[in-house]
Order: sequence, then C-alpha cells, then structure tokens
Amino acid sequence: MKTNYNKFEMVCQILKKNNFDKSKLIPILQDVQKEYKYLPEEVLAFISSSLNISPAKVYGVATFFAHFTLEPRGKYVIRVCDGTACHVKKSSSLIDSIKNRLNLKENERSTKDMVFTLETVSCLGACGLAPVVLIGDDVYGQITPDKLVRLIDEIMRREETKW
Amino acid sequence: MDKYLIINSRKILFGDEKNILEIIRKGNVELPTFCYHSELSTYGSCRLCMIEIVGRGILPACSTPPESGMEIRTNNEQIIEIRKIIVELLLANHDRDCTLCGKSETCKLQTLARRLGIDEIRFKDVIHKKYKDSSTYSLVREQGKCVLCGDCVRFCDEVQSVGAISFVNRGPKSLICPSFGKDLGSSECVYCGQCARVCPTGAIMPRSEVNYVWRVLSDPKKKVVVAVAPAVRAAIGEMFGLVGENGTRIAGKIVTALRSMGFVKVFDVSSSADMTIVEEANEFMERLKSNERLPLFTSCCPAWVKFVEQYYPDFILNLSTCRSPQAMYGSIAKKIMPEILNVARENLVVVSIMPCTAKKFEARRSELASNGVADIDYVLTTQELSRMIEEAGVRFNKIDPSSFDMPLGFKTGGGIIFGNSGGVTEAVLRNIANSSSTGANEIEQFDFVRKCDGVNRLKININDRELKMAVVYGLKNARKVLRDIKAGKSRYDFIEVMACPGGCIGGAGQPVYTDLQMRKVRADVLYENDKTLELHKSQDNPYVQKIYEDYLGKPGEYIAHKYLHTQYEHKKRFKETFEIYKSLKKKNVEINVCLGNGCMCKGSEEILRNIVSFAESSKYKDSINIKASICLGKCSKGPVIKVANKILENCEINMLKNIILKELNKIS
Repeated sequence: MKTNYNKFEMVCQILKKNNFDKSKLIPILQDVQKEYKYLPEEVLAFISSSLNISPAKVYGVATFFAHFTLEPRGKYVIRVCDGTACHVKKSSSLIDSIKNRLNLKENERSTKDMVFTLETVSCLGACGLAPVVLIGDDVYGQITPDKLVRLIDEIMRREETKW
Repeated sequence: MDKYLIINSRKILFGDEKNILEIIRKGNVELPTFCYHSELSTYGSCRLCMIEIVGRGILPACSTPPESGMEIRTNNEQIIEIRKIIVELLLANHDRDCTLCGKSETCKLQTLARRLGIDEIRFKDVIHKKYKDSSTYSLVREQGKCVLCGDCVRFCDEVQSVGAISFVNRGPKSLICPSFGKDLGSSECVYCGQCARVCPTGAIMPRSEVNYVWRVLSDPKKKVVVAVAPAVRAAIGEMFGLVGENGTRIAGKIVTALRSMGFVKVFDVSSSADMTIVEEANEFMERLKSNERLPLFTSCCPAWVKFVEQYYPDFILNLSTCRSPQAMYGSIAKKIMPEILNVARENLVVVSIMPCTAKKFEARRSELASNGVADIDYVLTTQELSRMIEEAGVRFNKIDPSSFDMPLGFKTGGGIIFGNSGGVTEAVLRNIANSSSTGANEIEQFDFVRKCDGVNRLKININDRELKMAVVYGLKNARKVLRDIKAGKSRYDFIEVMACPGGCIGGAGQPVYTDLQMRKVRADVLYENDKTLELHKSQDNPYVQKIYEDYLGKPGEYIAHKYLHTQYEHKKRFKETFEIYKSLKKKNVEINVCLGNGCMCKGSEEILRNIVSFAESSKYKDSINIKASICLGKCSKGPVIKVANKILENCEINMLKNIILKELNKIS
C-alpha cells in the first residue's frame, strides 16, 4: 500500500486558501511547486478544472516562467549561473564537471535516484562573485570545478548513495 | 463639431471607432496587420500597422485611440523599413514551401512579402519548428508556418470559450499548442475551425480529403454520390468572382461541375435538412406535450454537440436526438442508393460538401456508422470543392447550371435557410405553426428570428402556447445561456446553437473572409433562394413524404428513429487521474472518486478523505486501490464514485463503505 493522499490534500488546501480565484493562478502554482518540487500534469489538470480555466492556458502560464518546472526535480537542485559574467568565468566547465560526476547524459537533468537535478539559470544577480552556483538555497561564489565536486561528494556521503 | 483625422493629407471624419486603424481602413488605406481582427480583442503584437502621428512619433495604429485633429502618415521611409524588417524576420523562420502550401495565394504573409517587394532575406533561420499535427480529421497544424500573432488563441478563447490552444514557453521558444504539448486530437478542440479562418498563414488549415475523393472517382468499381450543403452555394462564388450571386444559379453550376468530375448523383443537403426539420419539429412537439427534456437543443452543429458532451454532460439529454442533415443524408443514401444505382453497398461512396470543418469529425462519429462503416465516407469543404473545380479545369463562371438529382435533390425553403443562424428555428416554426398561410406570408411570418447578433431571445405564440426560444451563435454566447439556465435565471423551450458566427454560412470550410459584411451577403443569398422556391415548409416536400412512405414510416417511429436519430455520450475533458492510494495486490477493488466541479461542490473531497481513512484502518488495506478523476460526467447526481467499475450516484459515506466491503468480500 502506497498513499499520495497528503499531497493531494495539500493541493485542495492551496486552492481553498486562494478562494478558487482565477487571478491567483500564479501563487497557486508556486505553492503547489513548493509541495511537489515540480508541477505534475494531473495537478495542473485539476487546478484548471477547479478554477475554470482551460488547461492550455494553465500550461501556458506554467511554461512561461522559468521558475516553474514540469519535470520532477531531485532533492538537491544545483543551479549553475550562466549569465554573462559567470559565462566569461567559465561556468561551462562547472556544468561539465557536474555532469561528469553525476553521470548525466546530454539531455538528462536529474540523477536516476532523484537526489540531484542540474539546472542553468540566466543570472543570479551575484556577478561580483562569478562563477556562482546555488545548491538548494546555499550560494557558492568564485567556485572551481574541484570545489564543486567536493561539495557534491559530501552530499552523496550524507545521502549514502553509491555510484 | 465633427471629429476628424488627417490621414496622408486627407481629412477623414470618424465616429465611435476605438482605434486609428479602423479609421485608416475606412479611409481606404490598406494598412497591413496579422494580429488585428475586429471580432477579437486588440493584441498589438505584430507591429505591422505602425504609423507616424505628427508630433508623437511612430505608434501602432491598432492600439492607439484616435484624437480629433491628429495628423497621420501611413507610409514614410522609416515605417516601410520597419515593416520590411518584420516581414523579413518572420520569413527567416518560416517554412517557405509556398508552392506546396494550401494557403498559397490567400496567405497574408506571402501577400505582404510581395507588396513590400521583399527579394532577399538577410537573417538566418534560427528557430525553425517543423512539427506538423494531423491528429484530427478536421484541421492540420504546422508549427513552422506560425507567425505567433495569436489570432487563433484569442478566437478560441474569446468567441468560443474553449481555449484549446494557448501560447506556450517564452521568447525564442514560444509556440502555440494545446495543453501539455499534446496534439489537437487529444485536446478540448471542438473542431469549429475558426482558428483556421483567422490564421493569416497556413499554420492551421482545414484538412483536405480531395485526394481520397479523386481516387474513388477514378475507381471503376465505385459509384460516388455527393450532396451539397445550403451554405456552400452562398459562398463558393466568392472564389470565382461571383460574390452574392443567385443561389439557385450557383448551386446549378456546382451540379454541372460535380457531374463532369464523375459523381453519379448530385444531391442537396437542404433536402435532408427538410427531413431533419420534420423529425425535430415532431420531437419538439412531443417534448412540449410531455414537458420533458426542455429546452430542446438543436443538434445540427457538430462543434456545439461536442461542446455540450464535453462541458455540460448534464444537458446531453436536452440535445435533439435527430441526426444532422449531413448524417441523415448519409444514412438514407446508404440505405436507398445501392438499390437505385444497382451497386453493392460497399461500392457506394457517399460524399458531402459542407461549409464546415467539424462535419469531418462528425462523419467519423461511431454513432453514425452501421456495422463499423461510416455512413458518410468523405467530407469536403467549400474550399476543397473550389480546389477540385480548379483541378478539374472546369470554367466555373462559364458553365451552365443543371438541376439536382432526385429523390434527395428536392428541397423547400425550410431546408435552404438552415445555413443561416436562426434558420433552423425559423424552419421549425414554419413547420409547427398551424396556419394555412401561403406564398409570401409563409416566408415573412417568422422573419423576425433573423435578427441575430449572438443571442436572440424570442417569445412566440404558437397554437395558443407561448414558446420561449433562443437563437445563439458563438459558443461563448451559448455558455452564457446555459449558465443562466443552470442558475434558474431563465427558462426556454427551444434553443438553436451554431458555433460559428453567423451560422454555417460563416463556417471555417467556407472561403476565408475578413470583411464581416460578407456574412450578410451570404445570408441574403439563402433568404433570396427561399423566396424563389415553390415550397417553404419542410413537411410539404413531396420527395421527403415519399421517402417516409416507402422506407421510414412515420416521423419519430421505429424505422425513422433508427435511421434519422442518434445518441450522444459524455466526452471526458481530462484523461489525467490521481493515484491516491495504490494497492499492492493484483486482485483489488478499484475506487474512482470524481473531482469534477459539480462533485467537489457536493463534497466529494470529504468523501475521498473518509474513504482513505477507511482504507487505512481496514484489514483489507492492501486490496484497495483509490484513484481520483476529473469528472465522470454525471454532474447533477454528484458526488459520483465508481466502485469496481460500477458508477454510484448521490454517494454518501456509509452507503459507500457497505458497497466497498461487499466488493472486498467478493474478491477475498
């Protein structure tokens, strides 16, 4: 027996908190993403039905903002800044070293055990610290590929995952 | 004092126009636009209508309100350069296979490139999207031809309130597609095709069946019969420079053209429309008598029917069970023509020519087939017919008219006016009014139903009874009417709905029009045609009477019912389900809780919570599988819950627990 009821109940509560108000679609999606870490299709369909908005429109909003993701994300989201300043400071070598360490193939974004997800962002607004990486909510400035791999190893040890 | 603009040194007066663009066009200057349609909200994204307002600089005409005395130039070097660059940039990412495109010669992008003299594209193709969606019988979408003007998105949302497609992603990745990146066939699209009508390019087009029809026409074993819908004759002339030409004459020319292509019999859908009226009027009188299933909804528009099946399952019973004129023609032709033509049923091919893209979908409805073979084999639109005429090299303007074949070629005025919004209502009224009026009086008696601008509410005294009727076009208007009925704010006996503005004459299979006056021109063709006919009431059609006598018995009776009526079913909008509680055993009892709006309001969420806690505390917890779906289609009987494939209505938790326990006992 496996239950997902709690998560579903959260969606209902989020909708109620927002009075099933169409104009609150974005805050609703934000709260749902906080709960699920991404926006599952069936939840978007349920939101569309409950708010009386066409599913295409909900999908349009969910794909418009870079903040929202429609794919499941791992426990640790690694965001590598690839804005101009970080790009010049070789953020691409950071991306390569993460992919290499996590065995991620060309279009893969998450590890199979859903511990890590790699994302690139256009700017984190900390250009003075370039290159910048965000792991979860922690910011790491002027980071090198070596330091980054060590950070990842540390998390792996904590999560006791074997590679 | 009169308000005026000075446009290119010419003084133009204006009234209540909301934007400068309308006034410029009134002044006979053709300012190019992609994203502007007077029927839709102003979007202002294509930037082609840029103008210079002296003292204010360069602004888009579509989204700038006029002020009296403004001095405007629609063309100068800078504006022309802006337009050229926009068109060049659009062309850089465009599938430029114009010779292979169905929109060639009517494409706005192509026309504009020619008008602006673009002979070189200086930009690289960087975001080419090749995806082609041909998942439906009605429409084909080609992403590579989309200019992202959003006309289709706004029409679907603002006029039809369907919203099957939307803008997705952002910036260079933007595109227009249905929800979750699926194809149109699995979306909520009702196939009205108005998106294709407003699309400036070939990004959404009616799906052509011309090649299939040529194939059967060349097959010596096959005999191909065809019928032409009333609205077709009102518009096809536009493709050959015969705008607003006499309907009988154009229909006659169509008959000649079709015969020369090899169709063995050419019929008129107006004739089966007469049959539809006879059946529908009969059904209406029955319902009035028993006071059940009122208001009666007309069912000739397949887009409207799908709309009801999808959004308002509660109202499915209100839909007239009468088949549409196309479907009646199909079933009668397949029944009587094999004998008349001395051909085996499987070698008889039934084709219809309609103003409509949704008719292509209707023809493939499983309810309209016998032994798995559809009654209608192919559906062509008016556009496709004109293409076939061109392909066949028929000089449409020169050919003489000929007359339709019998028995399905004779019609009354009632069948002809079917193509206009209000036509079905008027024909039904002519049928049920117990009057001996004849001639002109017969035609004018109910002509007040013709004044429709979206919703026309009518109170009519017929046979000492006051009937409340509504004539509606546009599905958003229909939604409003349904909402009022649901809320108990209004009551009707009869509601006619056509999805397309103006009715079938404005269908998406018709020649593309942008001038809204064209709808009036087309409507007048049909009303004029009505006047020239001998009979005006559908029940007076002698050939229809004969078909009843020979094959069908009386209207509404068993045989007539079999061939002329149909049924409908709830169409699920959302296929997604929630896995709430997953059983680990193979043998389990599946519980499916409806989370549609109707059931949610009646507490299905509370019931779900109770079932989950019941499951968790029960000794059978590994044998229970709980899912939640969005709408099981019985909204008025909520909360609805499916237990082991049985649908339970008006559920209550204690009763449910008993039923679940019973099911659990069965499997253990």
